[in-house]
Amino acid sequence: MNEKVFQVNLQDNVAVALTALEAGSTVPLIGDTEQKEITAVTDIPVGHKIALRDISDGEDIVKYGVVIGHAIKNIPKGSWVHLEEMASNYDERSSHLDAVTGAPKDMSYK
Amino acid sequence: MVIYTVKCSEFVARQIVERTNSRDVELVGFDGCTDNQYAINMLISMIRHPNVGAVLAVGLGCEYIQPEWLADIATQEGKLSSWMFIQKEGGTRLSIQKGESWASWAIRELRSTPTVPMTWKDLVIGAECGGSDYTSGLAGNAVVGRFFDKLTSLGGTAIFEEIVEAVGLKDVLVKRGATEKAKEEIAYTYDKALEYCKSVNQYSVSPGNFAGGLSTIEEKSMGAIVKSGSGKIQGVLKVAQRPEKEGLWLLDSTPDPYWMQFGITNPNDNEGLMDLISCGAHMVFLVTGRGSVVGSAVGPCVKITGNHETFERMSEDMEFDASPILEGTKSMAEMADDLARYVAEIADGKETKSEALGHKEFFIPYKYQENTVAIHRKCEEG
Repeated sequence: MNEKVFQVNLQDNVAVALTALEAGSTVPLIGDTEQKEITAVTDIPVGHKIALRDISDGEDIVKYGVVIGHAIKNIPKGSWVHLEEMASNYDERSSHLDAVTGAPKDMSYK
Repeated sequence: MVIYTVKCSEFVARQIVERTNSRDVELVGFDGCTDNQYAINMLISMIRHPNVGAVLAVGLGCEYIQPEWLADIATQEGKLSSWMFIQKEGGTRLSIQKGESWASWAIRELRSTPTVPMTWKDLVIGAECGGSDYTSGLAGNAVVGRFFDKLTSLGGTAIFEEIVEAVGLKDVLVKRGATEKAKEEIAYTYDKALEYCKSVNQYSVSPGNFAGGLSTIEEKSMGAIVKSGSGKIQGVLKVAQRPEKEGLWLLDSTPDPYWMQFGITNPNDNEGLMDLISCGAHMVFLVTGRGSVVGSAVGPCVKITGNHETFERMSEDMEFDASPILEGTKSMAEMADDLARYVAEIADGKETKSEALGHKEFFIPYKYQENTVAIHRKCEEG
């Protein structure tokens, strides 16, 4: 599959990488979108989210046209948006998971 | 269908199923000696299920759940039925012998059951997801949603579940209630589920979901709700409750508030599939991104993925590949038509991959649930 990014809803400020993206690559943006392409400024794993514009700390993260959480730092356009950049408005535990594997870091295995 | 009424009779019941050596003989049961209304309702719903033609209930002899009463219900439904207590039959060997002989006879009897043509109007299909990733909301659940729109427009019935995976989406769901009553039921059920998640500090999202690109329960929820399509929601069903008419229904499998949080929600995918079947689903969809192998007792399970790599890697287990939507090679409408054709084949008797592999999982836990949506609960009156 050629590199591309999918925007679900016109109101969204994040889109989904349908392939893994390398920092610096400019790829087509498809779906419900006004921008034709987006440049990744960080590496983005397949299936993960990329910021479609600069997002400020505390701002809503919108996907599917609905709020799926809020930014916990300033997120530059084109960067990876996941557990270290955003948090749920409900679930506190998901902020304590490893950003790559999703493994819990709040349990003792001693 | 062979039922065990306590863990102590499971071995004998399982042996009866295995020795009868027919794909059509299935096992369900409840492990506890102390009974539970939720579990009894679940067993009865399986007995009454249209996919079941004969029932053999096997008990040890000292447990609470009464195999004779279960067999009576099967008889009232016009189904072949029998029951036994292992203690009275004289132990393992004699009980298996008797059970196997009855089950083989019942299978032969059922072969002469007359068949009649059925249409989409007769069909009830349930859907849930498991092992979701980024493709679930974009392709797998999306195609199920489009198919559900089609099924209900043809007069069929669709049931979707996992209200604990609708976090942050109360307004989106309530707006879709077909009536004021449905809206009230959806709002109550949502609030109850969220309260439950808060009180146990556990949301229905797992490490695999995060690794797959989902960052929050809200994001996973929206991807999950997509499987309900865009139609009006007729109301909320409790586990083992049949829809009173056709259309789209939301199933609530979350425990109702009760002493010591009796039961947990979404313990595993098979519990969810059983819940859907208990409401009369002839067939169930399990939408997965990361892959799954399970099947289900009583109703065939069709595993759908929007992740092409998952489909290829687990091609002996996965039934339906919805990834052409993401590759842009098929439209959502074409994909939903493909799924409809596949469903028609399974409804016509084609074996699913999980059935061919012998998957017949089931899971019935202890849980407390009211029989109807308890907007006004008894314990809160007066």
